[in-house]
Order: sequence, then C-alpha cells, then structure tokens
Amino acid sequence: MSPAEQAEITRSARNGWLLSAPALVVLTLAAIGPLAIVVAYSFMPAGEYGNVAWGFSLEAWQGILFTKDIFDGSLAWADANLTIFWRSVKLSVLTTVFAFIVGFPTAWFIATRPPKARAMWLFLITIPFWTNLLIRTFAITEIIRKEGLLNTILLKLHIISQPFEMIYTDMAVFIGMTYVYLPLMVLPLFASLDRFDMRLLEAAYDLYANPWQVLRRVIMPIVKPGIIAGSILVFVPSLGAYVTPRLLGGGKNMMIGNFIELQFGQGRNWPLGASLSVMLLIIVTGALLVYVRYANRETRNGH
Amino acid sequence: MATKGFVISRLPGFNPIAGLVFAGLYLPIIILVIYSFNAGRSVASWEGFSLQWYTVAWENDAVKAATVRSLYLAASAAVISTFLATLAALGTTRRKAFGGQTFIYVMINQPLMVPEVVSAVALLIFFAMIKQATGYAGMGYLIAAHSAFCIPFAYLPIRARLEGMDMTLETAASDLYASTWQAFRFVTLPLLLPGIFAGMMLAFVTSLDDVVITVFVKSAGQDTLPTYMLGQIRRQVTAEINAISTVLLALTVLLLTLFVLLTRKKD
Amino acid sequence: MKKLLSTVALLLATAGMAQAAGELQLYNWGDYTNPELLKKFEAETGIKVTVTDYDSNDTALAKVEAGGSGFDLVVPSASFIQIFVEKGLIQELDLSKIPNHKNIAPEWMNVDYDPGRKFTVPWQWGTTGIGVNQTAYSGDINTSAIFMDPPPELVGKVNVTPEMGEVLALATMYMGGKPCSDDAELMKKVRDKLLEAKPKWISMDYGMTEKMSNNDIVASEYWNGAMFRARLANPDVKYGYPKEGFPIWMDQVALLKDAKNVEEAYKFLDFIAVPENAALISSFARYANGIAGSEEFMPADMKDAPEIVIPAEFKDKGVFLPTCTGKAQEYITAIWTELQK
Repeated sequence: MSPAEQAEITRSARNGWLLSAPALVVLTLAAIGPLAIVVAYSFMPAGEYGNVAWGFSLEAWQGILFTKDIFDGSLAWADANLTIFWRSVKLSVLTTVFAFIVGFPTAWFIATRPPKARAMWLFLITIPFWTNLLIRTFAITEIIRKEGLLNTILLKLHIISQPFEMIYTDMAVFIGMTYVYLPLMVLPLFASLDRFDMRLLEAAYDLYANPWQVLRRVIMPIVKPGIIAGSILVFVPSLGAYVTPRLLGGGKNMMIGNFIELQFGQGRNWPLGASLSVMLLIIVTGALLVYVRYANRETRNGH
Repeated sequence: MATKGFVISRLPGFNPIAGLVFAGLYLPIIILVIYSFNAGRSVASWEGFSLQWYTVAWENDAVKAATVRSLYLAASAAVISTFLATLAALGTTRRKAFGGQTFIYVMINQPLMVPEVVSAVALLIFFAMIKQATGYAGMGYLIAAHSAFCIPFAYLPIRARLEGMDMTLETAASDLYASTWQAFRFVTLPLLLPGIFAGMMLAFVTSLDDVVITVFVKSAGQDTLPTYMLGQIRRQVTAEINAISTVLLALTVLLLTLFVLLTRKKD
Repeated sequence: MKKLLSTVALLLATAGMAQAAGELQLYNWGDYTNPELLKKFEAETGIKVTVTDYDSNDTALAKVEAGGSGFDLVVPSASFIQIFVEKGLIQELDLSKIPNHKNIAPEWMNVDYDPGRKFTVPWQWGTTGIGVNQTAYSGDINTSAIFMDPPPELVGKVNVTPEMGEVLALATMYMGGKPCSDDAELMKKVRDKLLEAKPKWISMDYGMTEKMSNNDIVASEYWNGAMFRARLANPDVKYGYPKEGFPIWMDQVALLKDAKNVEEAYKFLDFIAVPENAALISSFARYANGIAGSEEFMPADMKDAPEIVIPAEFKDKGVFLPTCTGKAQEYITAIWTELQK
C-alpha cells in the first residue's frame, strides 16, 4: 500500500469518526451513559421500598435463572422468567416476519407509484401514527373485542356462528404490535426500494426469469439493507413492548418489558429489573452483531 | 409516461396486499374519528352524535397545553435527531471499513435495544442529579432524551438509502472540480432527501408516542398527551382524546395537502 | 443610601409577594383533580395550580426520591405515607397554618400511618371489592370467591385488576390470613389458590367502568367509585364487599421537603379541608373524602350510594393495607410473577 493510499484511509476513518461524533455525544449523555447506572444497580442489593441499598450482591444475576423457592429456600429453575422471555421472543419474531410479509408488498406498491404520488402514499402510511399510540390501541380493541366490529360483521355474514374470543390473547398482542410497528418496516424498505432500477427487472424478464425468481434473485439482494433496518426497527421494540401487551393482552400474560417494569414498580426489586435489562441488552446486541455481520457478508459475496 | 415500467414492476398479489394494509391501517383511525362525535361518555359504545367532546377538549387547558407540548417536543426531537443521524450515516457508510465502525453502529442503535423502562429509570436518576446541581428543570431534559432515542429511528432509513447509492455521480462531481461541500450539496443531498424525510417522519411519530421515558423524565408541569392519557386509563378514558386526535389528524391532512400543492407549483 | 435600601427592600417584598401569589405544583394521580376545584382556588387566592400526573405510587416515589423535579405537593396512598416519612421526603406540617385541619373527620384523624394527621390532609378514600352484573350471576357477591373460586356462571368471565398489593391482600384474607402475612404455609396456599383461579379469569385489566357498563365484562374485582359510575350507566351492576375482608385505601396530600412554594401549599392544604371544597373533589372522581360535613355538598346520587357508604354489617371487614416489608413483600412479588408467567 502506498503512503498516499494509507493517508487516504486514515483521513476517511477520521472523517467517519468526526461525522458520527455529534450523535455519539448526545447518545452518550442522554441514552447510553446513564445505562452505566443500571449496570451498577444490577450488582447491588434491593432496597426495602424499591431503589437499591448500597453494597455488593450477585443475587439479582442469580435471580435471572434461578429462584430460591420462597417457601423451602431450595434453588430451582426460574421457569416463570424463562416462560416470559420465551413468549416475548416468539411474539416479536412473529411480529417481525408478518410485518415483513405485508410490509414488503406495501413498500413495493409505494415505490412503483409515479414519483409525484410517492410522497402522498408515504404520508398515508404515517398519518395513522400521528394519533396517540394509546388511543390507537383502544381503537383496535373496539374492532376485535367480543361485541366489536369484526365479530359483528362476521356474525352478520354468517361466516362464524360464535364470536371469536380474540381480545386478551397472544393473538391480540401480535395483531396490535404488527399494527403499531408496521411503518417501521415499510419506511426503510421503501427507502431502499426507491432507488431500485426497474430496468433490472426488464433484463431479468428478458432472460425468462419468473416473478418468484425475480423477487429472490434480483430484488431481495438490493433491498437487503432495507430489510435489515426494518427488521431491527420492528423486532427490538417488540421485544421491549409495554403498552400493547398491557392493553391488548389483558395483562394476564406478561412480556419481558412488563416484567422488567414490574421489578421497578410494584415488585420493588430494582436490581433484578436491572440485571434482566442488561441480560436482554446483551442478547439483543449479540443477535444484532451476528445478524449484521452475516447480512453484510452475504451482500459482499453477491457483488 | 413509461407505462412499460408499470407492467414490469407489478408482482402478483402485491397490490391486493398493499390495499389490505392500507385498509387495516385506517380502520381503527376511522373508528376513533367516529367516536370523537359520540354523545356518550365512553370510547367504546355509541350513543348518538354530538360535538360535546370537542367543546370539552377545547375548554380543558391541561389537555391543550399537553397537546402543544407534545408537538413541540416531537418537532424538536425530530429535527435534532435527524440532523445528527444524517451526519452519522454519512460518516459510517460508503467508506472503507475503519476501526470502531461496528462500535459506532452498535452505539447508535443502542436506544432500540433497551426496554424503555430501563432507559427511563437510568435517565430519571441521571437527570435528577443534574437538576439538583443546576436548578434547571425545563424542557431541555425531555428534548435531549427524545432526541437521543429518536436517533436510530432516523439513522436506519438514511443509512439504508445511502448504502449502495451510486458513488459515480459524486466522483464525477469531484472530477469536475466541485468542492466536497458542493458535491454534497448538489449531488448527495438531493439523492438522500427521501431517506432523510422518512427518517424525520419516523423520529417524529416515535417521539409523539413515547410514554414511559417521558413519565420518568418530566418535571413539574410537563405532561404530554400520552402521559396525560396514561393517567386516565385507571379511571375512564373519555372521547376527549379522540377529539384531540381527530383535530391533529385534520391538521396533518391539511399540512399534507398544502405540501403537495406547494411542491406542485415548484414543478 | 436609605432610599436605595428601602427600594431594594420594596423590590424584594414585591418579588416575594409575586411569588406568593404565584404558583403551586401538584403531583397527583391522573384524572383525579377536579378542574373546578383549581379554578375556585385560583379565584380565592390568586395562586395558579399546575397538576402533573402519575399513574402509580411507585412512580411517584421513585421520582420524588430522585429529586429536582420541582413538585410541592404529592398525593400518595396510605401504605406509602410511612415510606415517604421514613425516607425524609415529606415534611411535618405546621398545623397552625391549616385552621381547617379540625374539619378532618374523627375516624380519619388518628390513622395508623399518620397519627394526628401531622403529615397529610385527606384527599379521597374508597374500597376495593367486587362488581358483578346481576344478569350474569345472582348469588352472593359479598365474597372474594367471585374471583378466587368463581361460580360456574362466571368461569372465564371475571376480571382482576393488575394491582399486586390489593389482589394479594384480598387473596390472603380469603384464605384466612392478614395482609402482608409472612406465614409460609399460608402464602403457599394463597399461591396455589391463585394459580388455580387464574385460568378462570378473562383478563387482568383496568377500564372496568366502561367494560362493565357495556356488558363486555360481567364481573370484576375493582374499586367502588368506578363500580358506582358503572351502575349509573348500567343498573344491573352491583358492588359487593367481600366478607372475608377487603382493602380500604386512602390517598392524601403531603408537603414535600424540597417544596419551593411552601406558603401556597399550606393555603391549598387548608383549602381542601373545607367541606364544600372536599365535596368538589368527590364529585369529580366519585370517591368519598375524609372531611366532616362535606356530605351535604355532595351530589345527591352519592349521598346514600351503597358503593360509597359502607353498609354497617361490612364496616369491620375493611382493612387498611399496611406497607409490606421483607419476607412478606418477597412472597407477594414471587407469587405475582408466577401468576403472570
């Protein structure tokens, strides 16, 4: 490598850091830095009425996997915690996959409108989200509740004879989360589809590719960054979702977000809440790193 | 018009799905608008037409203040976070991989990975220290917190747009002796605009919806629309909120129409 | 020089006055403060009250403890008063500044958590019991069996509030214990009973005023004021007092130690102890208050409402929930977690 090239690379890296610096500063002050407090809390004993007591304790970390049986003091698998973790992951994956299945055609639809109309369709996607999340969730309740719109229509049309018991189930939470997070899938997908060169399709069809092949071999590789961005934007917030499971799930089955909230609230076990959060953080960061690495390698190979 | 592009871009089954998605997105909104005209107290059973909730909302100073505060907060957070995210996206894409790039990427996306309540508690403690040290308890804390957690929402679409954006144009511009700034201003930025726009919209609606962090960070007299509503859940949610949401929706549609009309004139 | 000094003194005095006539920061439960009350207070004193909402005692505690947010008054529930006192977050009141303190009803004056009302002035109180739609079930509803052992008609139809402390208290009393019990044998029974009952519940949710009004839900463990409002909308709804024991709760206003507008706060505390004003508080959220003589200013439909006035036979079944600590709190959290897995 020539010195000039070397200098060029150094300059590029320096600019990269400089451009990212303002965002990093704000994030450090108002998002990431304070998390150090949470990490510290996970190693402290719980205070009597919430908060923490000064000292060092590993109880909170032990509490993630094992519970001391409250009655006989024996250590056992914390299957309640694991069940809650598992339900959250399952529902979040389902939400992400479904949001992609319906979000991709929607993004495609928008990207193939004439340029002038695209802005309008984009607006149409985001307009529902100018209303408050809570009130939107109430509106969903109105549709899927026992005597709600959906059941009334289905009953009137004699498609079903018994009303669906949908509200207060995992199904309701899944529907609610898909609704809430869908734009987070559509917008990045659109952003990457928007610069898709339609002539590539022409070329593919000229080579007698069928629509499925076109989708898989031509479109997918190009919109991959959008898919990655979209699935992260949907998956991670779903995993920590709080409002939707609380309102649509009827509060009978917690997700991890509600479980952590419980520890900081009525449960008065801040250290456990902290250790659960750090754990969640580690899992998600790990999964994300693997996902991004894997996705990047695929893209590079494709070139 | 290139009708050819249309035929070619049609993938079987895509348009019906998109149609269903739009219908599904708007159904709850339509219901919420309808119930804003409900004569009854409830948001869940129809008792006849009335404008009473608009009057109630209009006369409720707390609700009006919360609405204005929500919009102000969301707008500030969206502008700040989009600006920072654009810089960061330019810094982390389309250059040779450099040491710490993954680190930056993880840092930027960190707010996405932390359950809200955790950030909320951390911010509560951290900001309380600053509040006590400085005596300042204004909106700055909420704006800072919202800007920070909106950054990844703004960053990801911008990055998605930048990645794989054709570099030849910029190279061409530099070859024509355009300065780095000129190349950016006249070549990169216009191409990047849709991504920036998508990012800003996302940041705005994300901030508008936030409940948990706001509850913990807000100081005296800083209720936003969502925190005001959260307080209602235990008692009874009234159609007052529907009325406000409907007004906000109408405003949005109005702004959109203006925007479309204005951009048309430019062409 | 003298002139200058007097000018400065005058300026300081007016500045002080402006502040005195100025403002007050009330940190209260959401949708719990009657705007009429605040308007009347402002008209009488010139003090503008800003209300900021919270939705749980724990949030309020965490926030006040962190400090610096600028609140003057807070409205914690009975079981939290001792915590606020112990942590030094609220200050002892100078009763000479609250002449109307004498209006506090005798039964609310010497409460365990604040003997002599040295720290707090009552805001509202209520009970946690059982609401049942009589068309769905016409048997005895004065029992926690409605949700602990639902009768066949109500299986799969009962709602329970997501309030850990109250639900566990009701369950513990149903199994024959006292709230905040640390008796392992008993708590084991409580847990097993709750786990057995949970599949028979439809939800663990708020919002029952509406849902019981429009027949979405036909039975729920819930608060009296909400069931009162539900009955006004739907006459079939009836409120029961569990004979095994039920929680009585009270929220009261306390003055924070780091309050900036102390004089204004005293004026407000005195103001809400006036019967007429206390009635204003009650007419909004529909719960009783603790001020003697407020009854005559209450809305007519509240005066003898069976939800508001506890029937004589159940009076001694009501229990103030204490602050659970140590082992008892551990049991409660563990059971609650298991209940929601």
